[in-house]
Parts: sequence; C-alpha cells; structure tokens
Amino acid sequence: MVPASYYLILSVVLFVLGALGVLLRRNALVVFMSLEMMFNASNLAFITFARMYNALSAQVVVFFVMTVAAAEVAIGLALMVEIFRSKRSVDIDQMNTLKG
Amino acid sequence: MTLSDFLTLLPAIVLLAWGVIMLVVDLFLPTNRKGITPLLSGIGAAAGLGVNFALTGYSQTGFNGMVVLDGFASFTNTLLLISSLFAIMLSYDYMRRMNIERSECCALMLISTAGMMIMVQAYDLIVLFLALELFSIPLYVMSGLVRGKISSEEAALKYFLLGAFSSAFLLYGVAFLYGATMHTNLAGIVSAIQGGAVQTVFLMLGVALLLVGLAFKLAVVPFHSWAPDVYQGAPTPVTGWMSVSVKIAALAALLRVFVIAFPSVAAQISPVLGVLAALTMIVGNVLALVQTDIKRLLAYSSIASAGYLLMAFVPYGQGEVASDSIAAGLFYMIGYLFASFAAWAVVAAVEKEDGKGLQIADYAGLARRHPWLAVAMMIAMVSYIGVPPTLGFWGKFYLFRTALEGGLVWLALIGLLTSLFSAYYYLRVVVVMFMQPGETEARREVWVNLLAVVSAGATLLLAFIPWQLLDLASTAFLRFP
Amino acid sequence: MPLSTANEILPAFQAVPWVVFFPLIGLILNLLFGKRFGEKFSGAVASLATLASFGVALSLFFALQAHPEGASVPFLQWIQVGDFVVNWAFRVDTLSVTMMLVVSGVGLLIHIYATGYMHEDVRHNGDPGRYRRFFVYFNLFIAMMMILVSADNYLMLFVGWEGVGLCSYLLIGFWFEKGKDGIANAQAAKKAFIVNRVGDFGLLIALFLMFQHFGTLEFAGVFEQAPVLAAATPGVLLAMTLFMLLGVTGKSAQIPLYVWLPDAMAGPTPVSALIHAATMVTAGVYLVVRSTPLYSLVPEAQTVVMWVGALTAFFAATIAIAQFDIKRVLAYSTISQLGFMVAAAGMGAGVAAMFHLTTHAFFKALLFLAAGSVILGIEAGHARAHAHTDEHGHDDFDPQDMRNMGGLKDRMPLTFWVYLIGALALSGIAPLSGFFSKDEILHAAEKDHLAIFWILLITAFLTAFYMGRQLVMVFGGTVRTRAAGAARENSAIITLPLVGLAILSALGGLLNFPGSWGLEHWLEHTLEGIQPSEFAPLTALISVLVALGGLGLAYAIYAVIQPLTDYRQPDPLTRLGVLWRGMANKWKVDELYHAIIVRPYEALAHFLASPVDQGVIDAVSGGLAWLSVRAGEGLRVVQNGILRSYALLIVLGVAAILSYLIWMR
Repeated sequence: MVPASYYLILSVVLFVLGALGVLLRRNALVVFMSLEMMFNASNLAFITFARMYNALSAQVVVFFVMTVAAAEVAIGLALMVEIFRSKRSVDIDQMNTLKG
Repeated sequence: MTLSDFLTLLPAIVLLAWGVIMLVVDLFLPTNRKGITPLLSGIGAAAGLGVNFALTGYSQTGFNGMVVLDGFASFTNTLLLISSLFAIMLSYDYMRRMNIERSECCALMLISTAGMMIMVQAYDLIVLFLALELFSIPLYVMSGLVRGKISSEEAALKYFLLGAFSSAFLLYGVAFLYGATMHTNLAGIVSAIQGGAVQTVFLMLGVALLLVGLAFKLAVVPFHSWAPDVYQGAPTPVTGWMSVSVKIAALAALLRVFVIAFPSVAAQISPVLGVLAALTMIVGNVLALVQTDIKRLLAYSSIASAGYLLMAFVPYGQGEVASDSIAAGLFYMIGYLFASFAAWAVVAAVEKEDGKGLQIADYAGLARRHPWLAVAMMIAMVSYIGVPPTLGFWGKFYLFRTALEGGLVWLALIGLLTSLFSAYYYLRVVVVMFMQPGETEARREVWVNLLAVVSAGATLLLAFIPWQLLDLASTAFLRFP
Repeated sequence: MPLSTANEILPAFQAVPWVVFFPLIGLILNLLFGKRFGEKFSGAVASLATLASFGVALSLFFALQAHPEGASVPFLQWIQVGDFVVNWAFRVDTLSVTMMLVVSGVGLLIHIYATGYMHEDVRHNGDPGRYRRFFVYFNLFIAMMMILVSADNYLMLFVGWEGVGLCSYLLIGFWFEKGKDGIANAQAAKKAFIVNRVGDFGLLIALFLMFQHFGTLEFAGVFEQAPVLAAATPGVLLAMTLFMLLGVTGKSAQIPLYVWLPDAMAGPTPVSALIHAATMVTAGVYLVVRSTPLYSLVPEAQTVVMWVGALTAFFAATIAIAQFDIKRVLAYSTISQLGFMVAAAGMGAGVAAMFHLTTHAFFKALLFLAAGSVILGIEAGHARAHAHTDEHGHDDFDPQDMRNMGGLKDRMPLTFWVYLIGALALSGIAPLSGFFSKDEILHAAEKDHLAIFWILLITAFLTAFYMGRQLVMVFGGTVRTRAAGAARENSAIITLPLVGLAILSALGGLLNFPGSWGLEHWLEHTLEGIQPSEFAPLTALISVLVALGGLGLAYAIYAVIQPLTDYRQPDPLTRLGVLWRGMANKWKVDELYHAIIVRPYEALAHFLASPVDQGVIDAVSGGLAWLSVRAGEGLRVVQNGILRSYALLIVLGVAAILSYLIWMR
C-alpha cells in the first residue's frame, strides 16, 4: 500500500505546479489549465483523506468540485473568446490598460 | 428534503427560481420590451425580502445541518436583498443608456444574490465553496457585460482568473481542514477540535488557506489587486452592487466560520489578521490619495473599509469581544451600504456614454446644476470619512471600540491615522463639486436620482438612532452547534 | 434630564426658574417677531418680561418672609461624571432674592427708559433694526444675571458670570461702527471682554481648587467642608479666596483689572446704567458676600480684599476729579464706590456691602440715566442750533463733554433736580440713602481698621468734590455753547424712570435704617456671624461734614472763584500741574499695561505666527502630506495592470502567512 502521505505530497506538488503555471505562463488558456490543475490537486487531497478516514462523504465532494470547475470552464472560455475577438490574442500580459 | 429544510433556504430559493424563470421569460420578450426585466427582478428581490422578514427569529438547521437559518443569516440576507434592490434601481437607466440592456444582467444578479445568501447561511465548508462559486461566476460575467469595451472585458478576465486562483486556494484549505478534522461541517469541526483529535499542521494550513480565499473576496491586502482594476472596468451599477454585496457576504462568511469553528486558533491567527488589517488600511488609504478616476478611488476606499472591518474582527477569539465584533461589523455594513449606493448612484448619473465623466475633475461645479446629487455625494463622502452625523461615524466608532476592547491599541491608532488621511481624498471630491467652476451635466433619470437621495438620506437620518440599529445588529445571533 | 422636585419645597419657591425664563421668553419673542411688529412691540415685550421677572422676585420675597431660611430648587441634572455632580438648581434665600429684586427692579426702570432713549437714537442715527437687537441683548443680560444670582453652586454662578460678560461685550460694542476711526467702540468691547477673561481665569482656578479639595461645587457642600480644609491646609483656602478675588477685580472693576470700565462708556447710556453701574459690576461684590464662609476662615485674604477695595476707591476718585466726559466721571465714580463695597465685604461687613450695593444701584443708575437725558438734550439742542447752518464741525462736537454744557438748570429742570438728588445721595448727605449705607461702611472700618477708615473718609471727600464739580459744570453757571442753550427737557418716558429712581435714592435709607435694621435682619438668615450694627452718631457727623466740605469746595472753585464761561477755558485745577496731568491722564495705567503686557504679548504672537506656525508646524503637516503622496505614487507601481504580478502578490501573501504560522508553531 502506498502511504497516504505520498498522495498528499503529490497533491501539494500538483498545486504548486498549477500555481507556478498561473504565475509564469502568458497564454490565457494555459493559465486556465493550470487553474484546473490546482482544483484537481484539491480533489486528490480530498480523496486521499477520504481513503485515510474511510469516509465516503469526501469522495462525493469531488463531484461537486468537478461540477464547479466545469462551470468555470464555460465562463472562462466564453470570456477568452470575447477577448480574442477584440484583441486578436490571448496574451494576458497585454491586458494591462487598467492600472495604477 | 423536508419542509423545514425548504424553509431554511426559502429566500435564496425564491431568488434562484425567480432568476431562472426570468432567464426563460427573456427568451420570449421582444427586444424593445426588455425594460420590463428590471421591474420583474425588483419584484423578485422584494419577494425575497418579504420572505426573509417572515422568517426572522427562526433558528434551525437544514439539509442535514448543511445550512442554517439564524438571526445572523436573516440580518445579512436583509442587507443583501436591499443591496440588490438598490442595484436594480441603479442599473435601470444605465443599462439602457450604455446599450447593454439585457435581461441577463438582472437575472444573473438575482442568482448571484441567491448564491451570496446561501454562503451566508452555509454551515458546511463545501456548501460555502459552492455558494462562493455560485455568486462569483455571475459576477465574472456581469463585469464583462459591456461587449466591445476593452476595459470591461479585461476586468472580467482579471476577475475570473484571479477569482478562480483564490477559489483554488480556498478549496485546498477546505481539503486540509477535512484532513485535520474529518469533517467539513462546522458542527463536526467544532466537535473534532474540542475532542482534541486534530492534526494541527493540517488545521493551521487549512485555516490559513481558507482565510486567503475569503480575504480575496473581501479585498484585503495583499489579495486586493483585482479590486481597483475590476471596479474600474466593470459597468458602474455592477461595480456598485459588487462593492457592497460581495463584501457583506465575504465578511459574513468569515465571521461565521471563524467565530463558530476556529476560536481555538485565534491566538495564532490574530497577529496575522492584525497585520493584514493594518496593511489594508494603510495601502488602501495611501493609494487612494493619488487617484484621479472616481471609480478607482471608490475601489481603494472600499479596500480601506475592508481594513477597518478586519480590524474589528481581529480579536474575535476573546469570548466577550466576539459578539461585539459581529455587531460592530454588521452595523458598519449598514452604513457602508447606504453611503456606497449614494456615491455610486451619483457616479452612474454623471458618467457619460463613451466612458467620459469618470475623472474627479469632471465633477467640477456639479453642485450648481444638480444640488441634490452633489449633496448626496457629499453625505456619502462624509460618511466614509466617519464624521458625525452620519452612519459612517457610528460605524467606525463601534469598530474602533471593538478593537480597543480587544486590546489592539496600535491597530486602532493606525485606523485613526489612516482615517485622517482619507479625509483628504474624500473631501477633494466635495471641494471639486462645490467650489470649482464648471457645468457638469448629470442624468436626470428618476431611479438614479431617487436612489442617491434615499441612500444619502438614510445615511444621515439613521445616524440619529444608532443605538437601535446596534441593538438590531446584536440580535443577529449566531447559531452554535 | 429634569430632576424631580422635592415635595417639601414650598410651591411659592418653585416659581424661581421663571426669573430666568421670563427674560428668555422675551428675547425669543423679540428675535422672532420683533422685526415684524416694530419698535413699540420690542420695547414693550422686553420691559414686560423684566416686569414679570420682578413680579416673581417679589413673590419670592413675600414667600421668604414666612420661610426665611430659603430653599434650593433643583431644576435640571447637568453634569454627572462619577461622583462629581453639578445640577442646575436655584437658590432661593434672602441674599439671592435681594439681588434679584435689585436687578429686576432697577432693570425694569432702565428698560422703560431705554425704550425712549433708543427711540431717539434710531431717530438720530437711523438703522431701525438696532432697536430690536438692543432689547434682545438687554433681556439676555437680565436672564444671565438672574442665573448668576440664583445659582445654587459655583458652576452655575460661573455660567451666569460668563453670560453677563458676553452681554457686556455685545452691548458695549453696540454701535460697533462708531467711535474713533470707526473701530474704537468695538475695541472697547474687546478690551472689556479680554480684561474680564483675566479675572475669569482667576475664578476658574478657584473653582478648580474647590473641585479638587471639596469634590463639589455646591455652596452648601463647599461651605460645609471649608472649615476642615482651613484647619488642615489653610494655604489652599487662601489660594482659593485670592484667585476668586482676581475674578472679582475683573468683574467689579477693582485694581488691577478696572481698566475696561471707563472704556465701556462707549456703549449706550442705558447699558452703562444697568450693566456698568447697577448690576453686572456688583456681581463681584455678591460673590464675595456669598463666599463669606470661605473668606471668614482666612483673615489674610480678608485683609487683601479690604485693601484692594480701599485703594481702588481712593485711586478712582482721584481720576474722577479730572475727567471732562460726563459719563467717565460717573464711571470712575462707580469704580470708586465698588471699592467701598469690596472693602466692606473684606471687613466682614456683608450687610453694609449689600446695603451700599442696593443704594448705589439706585443712585448710580439714576445718575447715568440722568446723564443720558442730559446728553440727549445736548444732542437735540445741537441739532436744533445748527439746523439752519451746515457747519462741518458737526462731527467734532462731543455731546458728552461737560465743557460744552452749563446752565442746564433752567433748560432741563427735572433732570437737574433728579441729578441733584442722585449726586447728594452719592456724596453721602443725610437723609438720602447713600448717607446711611456709606456711613455703615465707615463705621465698620472705624471699629477695627483705622487706616482703611481714613482712606475711605478722604475718598468720601473726593467723591463729594467731583460730584459738586460735575453739578456746577453741567447745570450751573453760564451756558457755554449754543447747543446747551438750545437744550430742552426730554419726554416723559425718559424722565419718569428718573423720578422713580430719585424716589428710591431718597428713601432707600429706610432699608437698613438705624433702629429697625431691616436689611440686616433680612440677610441674617443667609449670612452667618453678622455682628449687630449700631448707629454711631460721631461717625455719621464726621462723614456728613466731610461731604459738605467737598461739595462746598467744589462750589467755591467752580462757581465762585473761577467759573467756566467758555468751553475752551482750562479747568481751574490745572494749576496743580503734575498732579492734575496725572489725574487727567488716568495716571497712565492703560499705557503701562500696554507697554508691559500688551506689547510683549503681541511680539510673542507675531513670533509664534510666523516662524513657528507657518515655518515649523505647516512644514511638518505639509511634509507629512508630501510623504504620503510619494508613498502612494510609489505603491502605485505595484499595481501595474499585469495579471501575473497580481497573482504573484497573492502567492507571496500566502507564503508569508504560511511561513509565519509554521515558524510560530
């Protein structure tokens, strides 16, 4: 049996990677993917804990999270499409008209 | 799902159902009759308000202890519903004028308000997360409602990405809390912590990340960066509504979760909260000094307000102070609500179609042509500074008193000094309106002007009965498991 | 929060708040409706309000006949901080009711006089709105003075004290646009206020000491605890009484703070009569008499009070001799007579002081009002005499300069006779009221303080002298200007109050007539430890002879030896050389104060204004503002509009919080 702590470490790694992705990538779609990775890191954490405590409730949580993530995908992509129409690019560093 | 469960969430359900129905009704409305939707949504909000009033005084949990109905929830729901009513008044003319008249806006607002109400009533961290997402997503959409205007789209994207980012932190925090206590339900968490069977590392981690997620919504430094840009880019009514409702919801969630579930970690968390509050007050006020755009100015001002609220929240762990904390926070939100809507109504009235009319200099001489609007703005500004006889004064007074009760003299001092600084940028607006020459035009539309006058009037008149209002805020009792 | 009235207080006593409220109602009515209903309304309302106040005081007087111990009537709870309680309560006892009767009675007569006087003023100088303003201030003064005398504690007394000070300022500067260079009247008002402030400072220190050592400011409480303090630390009580004396010298125009009173003559004559002769200036005397239980415990303080009073009396009398302005003579005379009263109070002869206060109110008010009548007559005469010519010397003509008068006996007979009665009363000629009251003071002095007796006796001589001089210069001899020649008697509304006051001046002695000692028995109930008075025929005879001597000398010099026939002629006493110049220049006290106090103070103010305020303080606040704006612009750089940096900020925040929490574990 793989110790649960390994899964937790993996979850942390995934989370950190996702955060780094948000910080370092300029393409909005990639940023979005990194966000999804962060959500999935939490999912992994939930499942690990559910396994650790032999509880079912946390596994159900994963479904909720996935639903929410899907809703966010819908919104996010719609926003990106709209921006692409105006600016012909999805480079988030170019979105800096509002500042100060 | 019993009737009692249904009743627990009835106001939110009413609003949700109404919002969804309106989305459907919108399909069948001809394009030139879209003006009915604000009216319909207003009725919906009023219905929600009525249901909420009918349910005051109840104290029960619902859906297996996942949501709760108590005085606190009733009180904050009232504030949220009043806020949405005001927002509808605010958006009525604006949407039509800026060619973004779409019924989605009102329907989304209702749904979002429902989400906020559920979050305030949440007794389970997952429900909290879901509700948070429920109210945030429509906000992302509403921020970007002005198609073709790059600032609006940019605001929406920034809000979305950063909002999702912080939601991920929040969710991770919930995960760790689950790992620490084996429960996501507040009741379960409380019993687990009292039982002593918790992993402190996970607990602290979870609490910290949860705090980060909620602090983002509350626009606390250093999680505030989205606020100025989003407030500036989003359409004015949406911003006005957001600045009030999201703060109320986030504060309420923060209060509920931390006071019920985490009083035991207060000793470790308090310094963190203190530093956050201090930073927020300082950064919010100092940055507002150098703003020229009125929407950005109000954004930083709301960041500063979050700082004051947090200041009163810092001593939440000391038993007697906690209830004072809650009462002071809720009381301040009342004043903040009225003052904000007065200010935002004036901003909406003065704004021009092409996005002009948003600089402070554009307010020059407003008092000459539109004395009512100018006075309303002045009352709002004065309330923000915290000068009697406005509600803002009493709000700040109670916040400071709570902070001092908690022994945080240094924080109260910072709060006082920054309040002093803030007088500059608030009064600058007043000076420009009253003493500089100019002929500013503003919309003479009835709902906006009515909102400005009613809100400002409430700020002024309610200030004469602060003790009754504070008593009311104190009746917002938290139901403990 | 109104206090519940105690059941055992007599219903008649409970009417006492109305002495304050009738004048207040009067002034509010005048404020609201005065403009609409005109002069007659304003004057009538104000006078009726005072009459009502007098009526209440009279009813209290009769009630006290049956219950002479009086009562404290609580009215409002005012201050309650911890153990310190100060309420607005009214003290009804023989002393306060005496003052109430004097204030409202004399005040009533002066109000009636003022309706006519101010009518003439508006007729001559225009601006009808003034009339209403005058009576608003006048009623306000009565209300404030009533608060002062009816106070149950030192703090309410102080409220009234300040209130009458304010009214004094408002009324002295009533013609604020007149006076030399268009500003002299306003400056006189300012001087009165500021000098009084110095005195008030002393009174406040005394109150603070009382609070510190007694914990209460009520008369009853203070007097009860005073003996204990006197036994323990008499120095504190001495300080208390001396600081209180400072306040008294301010309000009652004694040395060293008397300098405002002569300048206060810039106000209209009814103001001079009411405030600066009969009532406000006597507040200090009232305070000392009221505080007798305190002063009697500190003999050193009593000595100081006595000497201050006596020296002031003498000093002022010398100045009065050399003045030419008819009101200035009376002003210095007032200071001198106040000195008599203060000296009497210092000697412990409270009854004598109050007696003289009352009689002085009668005859000094009479003299001022009669002087006002004279001035009106001269002004009217001047207008009449120059009606057919347009002389440009119009503005230089001073209707108050006695050198411009003369021979008015035949032209203004009524005024002359009442003036004569007043002057004789002031000089202390039997059987007028002044004789009895002054004699009592002299007798009290003679018994224990011989030096004071001699000073006061000489002052009495000088008093008679300057009054005689004034009588001859104004009414006797030849007419010196055309204005005086054309003067006529004034209307009844002006002359009737004069007659009333003349009667009071003549018969006032009956108040404390030897044998019946009415006032003494009356005041005994409030002031403890009064020695029974006796009538000493020898002292009486000496004082009458001295007065006659003064009058006679004045008549001799001014009517016989060197009568003044021309207004440019110098005064016969000029041959006294340096002495005369000193007296005429008020011994240059004002100039002295200006040099040693005012000039250094102005220099300090200039210094603090320019280098300190503008240089340092403004620089600091300006610097702070600059700093915060710089900070704002610096922080702005962080908000660079780039999403990733915002996200970085969030991550840094999280990292900081987590590392702190982990490090703290």
